[in-house]
Amino acid sequence: MVPLWWYIVLGVVLFVIGAAGVLLRRNILVVLMSLELLLNSVNINFIAFGHYYDDFRGQIFAIFVIAITAAEVAVALGILVALARNKSTLKVDEVTMMKG
Amino acid sequence: MDQGFFLLFAAASVVAALTLVLARNPVHSALALMACFLQVSAIFVLLAAPLLAVIQIFIYVGAIMVLFLFVIMMIDVREAVLQRFLPGSNLPVLVLLVLLGVEMLVLVLRSDRFSVAEPVAMRTGGEVRQLSTTLFADYLLPFEVASVILLAALVGAIVLARKEPQ
Repeated sequence: MVPLWWYIVLGVVLFVIGAAGVLLRRNILVVLMSLELLLNSVNINFIAFGHYYDDFRGQIFAIFVIAITAAEVAVALGILVALARNKSTLKVDEVTMMKG
Repeated sequence: MDQGFFLLFAAASVVAALTLVLARNPVHSALALMACFLQVSAIFVLLAAPLLAVIQIFIYVGAIMVLFLFVIMMIDVREAVLQRFLPGSNLPVLVLLVLLGVEMLVLVLRSDRFSVAEPVAMRTGGEVRQLSTTLFADYLLPFEVASVILLAALVGAIVLARKEPQ
């Protein structure tokens, strides 16, 4: 039997790695992929707690998280394609159109 | 036995996640993310959630990653290979991340709210049936709202990615 805190530690490690990708990488595509990793590490926690407390709500919440993630990725990639077409840059620090 | 499998999948997923963040080429990042999702779905199987594991493979690996690869093929990523990280000093961000990780671990592992040593009760068969009954009876309204959100995202993505009429 795997102890619960192993899953929590795995979730924390994946979350920190994903946050590093979001904060440090320069390419917007890799930033979006790291965002996926963040959401997925949260799902591990949901399902682990749901399993250990014998509750279905963890799995149900994880299903909703996955659905919202799919919607988010579709919109984000649409914005990204429009950005690449209009500004022809994919670097995070060069997209400053809304800076005023 | 379970612990050995968990360590194997966890180590593979962490290695894949590090590859995602450190790889120069975005295509390699996408493939590493795909490998990471597969390991996480194996961990879901260990957690007795086979339905979630299948959903994870179908949606993340099957749909989202294919979308990412399509976008990578559509746009030019050659110049992204040259510089991986943001210019300037990244030390504050790294310190912040280490603090974040330590804080989460301390808060979660030192708190006495979940000192769950072993599971309360092991479920027997028919889990997927129970899960879907709960989902479609008690959580019907959130389910419908999620479908409306997906529809809105579909329409929004089409509108955003469409070429502007001249």
